Amino acid sequence: MAVTALLVDGLTVRFGSFRAIDDLSLAIDYGEVRAVIGPNGAGKTTLLDVISGITRPKEGRVLFDGALDLTQASDSAIARAGIRRKFQKPSVFEGLSVRQHIAIGADVGFRSTFDGPALEDRVDEVLETVGLSEHAGRLAGELGHGQKQWLEIGMVLASDPKVLMLDEPVAGLTDEETERTAALVRALVRPDRAIVVVEHDMDFVERIADRVTVLHEGRTLFEGSMDRVRADAAVVEVYLGR
Amino acid sequence: MTPVSRDRPFLALVAILVIVAVAMPLLAGTPFALSRYLANAIGQLASFAVLALALDLIWGYLGILSLGHGLFFAMGGYVMAMYLLKHSFVVTGTVPDFLQFMGWKDFPFYWAGFDFFPYALAVAVAVTLLVSGVFGYVSFRSRVGGVYFAIITQALVYVAMLLMFRNDTGFGGNNGMTGFSVLFGWPMGTSGMITALSVVSLLVLASVLLGCRLLVGSRFGALMLATRDDETRLRTLGYETLRLKLIVWCLSALIAMVAGMLYVPQVGIINPRLLSPELSLEIAVWVAIGGRGHLVGAVIGALLVNAVKFWLSFAAPEVWPFILSGLIVLVVLVFPNGLIDLAKLKLVRPMGARRMAAELEEAR
Repeated sequence: MAVTALLVDGLTVRFGSFRAIDDLSLAIDYGEVRAVIGPNGAGKTTLLDVISGITRPKEGRVLFDGALDLTQASDSAIARAGIRRKFQKPSVFEGLSVRQHIAIGADVGFRSTFDGPALEDRVDEVLETVGLSEHAGRLAGELGHGQKQWLEIGMVLASDPKVLMLDEPVAGLTDEETERTAALVRALVRPDRAIVVVEHDMDFVERIADRVTVLHEGRTLFEGSMDRVRADAAVVEVYLGR
Repeated sequence: MTPVSRDRPFLALVAILVIVAVAMPLLAGTPFALSRYLANAIGQLASFAVLALALDLIWGYLGILSLGHGLFFAMGGYVMAMYLLKHSFVVTGTVPDFLQFMGWKDFPFYWAGFDFFPYALAVAVAVTLLVSGVFGYVSFRSRVGGVYFAIITQALVYVAMLLMFRNDTGFGGNNGMTGFSVLFGWPMGTSGMITALSVVSLLVLASVLLGCRLLVGSRFGALMLATRDDETRLRTLGYETLRLKLIVWCLSALIAMVAGMLYVPQVGIINPRLLSPELSLEIAVWVAIGGRGHLVGAVIGALLVNAVKFWLSFAAPEVWPFILSGLIVLVVLVFPNGLIDLAKLKLVRPMGARRMAAELEEAR
């Protein structure tokens, strides 16, 4: 049985006179990997910004677990509720080590809430998952682009989020790194977790997504499996065909 | 970050500070004793170094540049001056100059209790926390940062200076306050007092340095760096960065206040020029020259720049602005991270390389 993790309801976001998101409604279920695709300016990143509390919508709401209205909550409160997001531009803390990143992601608080060894174990586990165990002691600023992407995924993953949002996780990665990232995303699928991925790389989307939402000018143009997306005339017209 | 026990520059600096603090009273009366001038200068330099640490904490580790830290320095200084004057009056009966000048018979009512040091200290802490807390909360709450924050802090210190220049505020006005004759019941100006103040300043500097080092090396310190590098990223991991920034900002203000309390009895006067934008800007220059984001660098920067300034104020006061400007240009163009960059140059490298090799060996 599919349970709705995120319910976007009549959402409108305006920047001046530009409608970045225009009366958008969609539902994302637990247990699925949902890809959100669309041409530049379709509103993909804006949608993630609203869900993570960075942008406030003009109208509409976003319900998490059917109860918490994310449009009324602060960005940090949303994160603490279990919604974590990897940004489009790899956002890491240049002056901190890889290990410190995961520890910061794993446990919210100025002081560590669970005891040292438990946190250490969790950090080791996450480093293993994202394949950065050998780089644990390095500063984030010294990492390559792909490693920064994985580090940020590890950082948002460390808290065991219920909703995981990845904004362009394979942008600028080599084919081999893309392949690894696809395997990583599929390995993160759990019945009690929803994963939302914004991406331009269609082959990557095909490999990871259970369902695909195509956005165009702030509205849903199409929703379904990748096969049907590729076959849809309207989608091909605005996006894939060009 | 290197563990404290293996942070050699830090340990070396703390050791030097403590050794000088211990040696000064031991050498007093021997032929090796420091002159009164030198002992006093060391104490003043130490209080400037404490001030530099306050700014480095907020600027170097949290990325928030304050160009108004002279405000908190002056708050400590003014409260200390009030204590000294009131205490001197109680002990010796000397009426402070500014009361005579204003033709006032008695201290204004808000001077009540200032002859009692714990009360004066409590007032200093309370006022500093109130001003820094309210100002910090309002600024950080509305996400004011970067150059805008720096400009507002500069305006704040300027406003405070204009206020203190007024003679009717009861804080000495444009002449300031001077004529401190007694401290904790002991006469000021004796060699013993000069040495004692200098030693206390050095020990406070060493303690503040140690405290800051432990703070930036902790998990909280990692969160400070994370806030500096990407605040939005940290917020969207669930952290309330407003609280973190406010805590560090108030702590930094308190450290600057302590520096001011150490400085005023040693320089023997306080006036509104302590609140001039130039001083607040200069603090940033010390830290930039020494190496922002490095506690040891901030201390060395403050000591070095002020030592040169002390010396030049005898030798050639008119060239000081040129030297200071030259140093700034040099730092901006050649050593963006301050003198810490020198440590990475080839001439120092062999030593560092050997140490790194030894550490690697040890790790195996």
